[in-house]
Amino acid sequence: MTHKSVVNAGEAPSLSEGWRSGMNEGWREIAGDWASDQQAFKVPWGKAMMWIFLVSDTFIFGTFLTGYMTVRVTTTVPWPNPSEVFALNIGGVDIPLILIAIMTFILISSSGTMAMAVNFAYRRDRIKTTVLMLATAAFGASFVGMQAFEWTKLIVEEGVRPWGNPMGAAQFGSVFFMITGFHGLHVSVGVIYLTIVALKVLRGDYERKGNYQIVEIAGLYWHFVDLVWVFIFAFFYLW
Amino acid sequence: MEQVQGQQHPIGLYLKIWGLLFLLSTLSYLVDYFHFQGYLRWFLVVTFMLMKAGLIVAFFMHMRWERLGLVYAILLPPFALLVLVGILAIEGDYTFLIRALFLEPGPGVPPPHP
Repeated sequence: MTHKSVVNAGEAPSLSEGWRSGMNEGWREIAGDWASDQQAFKVPWGKAMMWIFLVSDTFIFGTFLTGYMTVRVTTTVPWPNPSEVFALNIGGVDIPLILIAIMTFILISSSGTMAMAVNFAYRRDRIKTTVLMLATAAFGASFVGMQAFEWTKLIVEEGVRPWGNPMGAAQFGSVFFMITGFHGLHVSVGVIYLTIVALKVLRGDYERKGNYQIVEIAGLYWHFVDLVWVFIFAFFYLW
Repeated sequence: MEQVQGQQHPIGLYLKIWGLLFLLSTLSYLVDYFHFQGYLRWFLVVTFMLMKAGLIVAFFMHMRWERLGLVYAILLPPFALLVLVGILAIEGDYTFLIRALFLEPGPGVPPPHP
């Protein structure tokens, strides 16, 4: 035992050197694999990166909605009826879910104008692209405004809190504020993002590069926000 | 249809998809408006939801025209969520039964509405 360790100690420098050179080789291999001009997806890198981000965001909203399912199936207290909670009294008549329906149509309309903006961007029609993108952002801003109205109504008039509410299961509030809040944050960020890109289009930034890919990439983000709302609308408001 | 290049598609196509999305949203709203209940309601809600999601991803997000390598890399991973949903549905059912046994009527019961 002692003898062996002495021998090892004697060889130590060469061993460590070998280890170090092996280490270097390993790092060189890793750097080579990751840094060379390798390409898995034959699309522009910006689009690939946006898609990868959107897939990760899918998992965030997916786990939120799964968490919502879990608290809803585990509670022994009746879940408040969204159809009644989100009803709006217009002209003396309670219309179920009407504000949510309007918000849904607004978001779909904004997706339509965004899709057309991408089309005009590739045709290098800067004015129409800018107008359509700003219209998209305006739709988005009005969506956030209606959401603010909805939150205010729920908090002030209905007394909904993240820890409880007078209508039923306490988890209703926490789920509602978390999911719609996170989605509203996405819409707000999208409004800022689209406005910036629209102004850059108008200024002619992409004309100089001759590349309008960024409008399509910004559009992907916006359509994703609409896509998430489709699932929230179905699972939270209609279930 | 006019000749298309890259991800440039005719405006008319976008307008048609837009119209379809409006129609499907109206239909899913009517499910609530006319108080469909039970399995019919859930079936309709999920059907309209999946149709809308499919239209948005396929046409607005141009998935229909992307290379298959990208399409599968994006569309397949989210299906892993179904495993999570399955596990938590079983677990949630169990939690509910335990709560029903030991918490009835439960401390979370709201006070009577004034």
